[in-house]
Amino acid sequence: MSLLVEMNDRAMKLGVPLSVHIDVTYRCNERCQHCYLDHDDLGEMSTAEIKDILDQLAEAGVFFLVFSGGEVFMRRDFLELVEYARKLMFNVKVKTNGVMIHEYEARRMRELGVEQVQISVYSHRPEVHDAITKLPGSLKRTLDSIKFLKAQGLKVTVSNVLMTYNRDDHRATQALAKELGVSYTLDPTVTPKMDGDTSVLALRVDADNLDELFADPELVGNPEEFCAKPGPVDEDTMEGYSCSAGHTACYITPYADVFPCVQFPLATGNLRKQKFMDIWKHSPQLAEVRSIKVKDLTVCSSCSHAGTCTRCPGLAYMEGSMRGPSSSDCEKSFHRTGIPSANMLRKAAAASSGPLIQIAPMMA
Amino acid sequence: MAQTMTDTFIARSPAIAARVMGGEMMIMSAVDSTFFSLNEVATVIFQAADGQTPLAEIIEKRVCKEFEVEPEEARRDAEHFVTELSKHGILLVSDKPIPAHNFPNTPNLGKQ
Repeated sequence: MSLLVEMNDRAMKLGVPLSVHIDVTYRCNERCQHCYLDHDDLGEMSTAEIKDILDQLAEAGVFFLVFSGGEVFMRRDFLELVEYARKLMFNVKVKTNGVMIHEYEARRMRELGVEQVQISVYSHRPEVHDAITKLPGSLKRTLDSIKFLKAQGLKVTVSNVLMTYNRDDHRATQALAKELGVSYTLDPTVTPKMDGDTSVLALRVDADNLDELFADPELVGNPEEFCAKPGPVDEDTMEGYSCSAGHTACYITPYADVFPCVQFPLATGNLRKQKFMDIWKHSPQLAEVRSIKVKDLTVCSSCSHAGTCTRCPGLAYMEGSMRGPSSSDCEKSFHRTGIPSANMLRKAAAASSGPLIQIAPMMA
Repeated sequence: MAQTMTDTFIARSPAIAARVMGGEMMIMSAVDSTFFSLNEVATVIFQAADGQTPLAEIIEKRVCKEFEVEPEEARRDAEHFVTELSKHGILLVSDKPIPAHNFPNTPNLGKQ
């Protein structure tokens, strides 16, 4: 067992919040087509408030800290926050669009010991990337930032979101990342907006695109293993949990709200009113999230994919129930293996049997 | 480097992440992303690595006293530990005191 796996297991056993994702702002210099955020500043935390929270997180045992946004560099104090976090010896990862990173910012992040910088790139073509970000010239500035970061020896990952606008570009974007000497990740998940608006879901790619992705060794490793049919679901799986959200990980908004995950907008407390450990240990909402085992899932517990599905409880929550299925993960499991999920079979059966409530005229 | 390391100074590198969990110190090197878990004795040395206190003094005043071990055994194990961690960039080693601005100040490493 690797030390990282051991660390996760121990954190789970001890109830330690090993990883925290904190969005320091929702303000952004880009207006991405698929973004789930409202970019207005509705009263984001001050420098002192964030530093106080970082102290509390260190005390709570947090090891991995992700700074994200919005665009983190929209905050003038961002590097001050990174410096403070590094003094507290967090492992710091930064998610950014890179547009405001020049030589100085890259050098400071290297000096401060930032572990990794993740940069959003949606296409190798300016006309596609800039149309998604709605910021003219953004691809050039983003690529320049990657060069500055690489020149400092920082680890950089290009992060792409596959959507209808850029579905034909991902291979060339991957090749561009390779040429720049950085790693590459591709996520086909477009999530609803945090206010529940689902209009952005129209940007999700169709089934053919998923089939293609799941057969790409550069993205999935061994496609045969990745697309293997699920085996029998054992007792350990049924007694297990969907993911680390709320168990060893959580998310903090710029307004100090604590959620189980960035994709799981269930309010569990606010750090302007409560201490982090009060929320982490005593929130009834977190207790409910932690109580849900695979065997408790209303539809997924009877699904053949129960042991291998990437079911996101946050997406399930936004779809209606944190114990219910996440349809986009059902789609992924189906296109990965060719086997429909229990949720898909249930929907198909419901569609073929007509309306739930039926009225037939009585014969006289 | 001297024949023995007891006249050297050690400091925590600024390029690491560290936290105490379940009574054990977990460390990750930003140089090569390797993970280490330190036992209680190693944790004491790591936390005492302020760049100003000679390793010999850390061994004598912290390790030997707190864990009731023979000085020779403590010295040998401590030197091995320091060599291993310095290879991964986790500890800085010098024959002179290491300036404080080179490493994190009094980190809050958690109580879990």
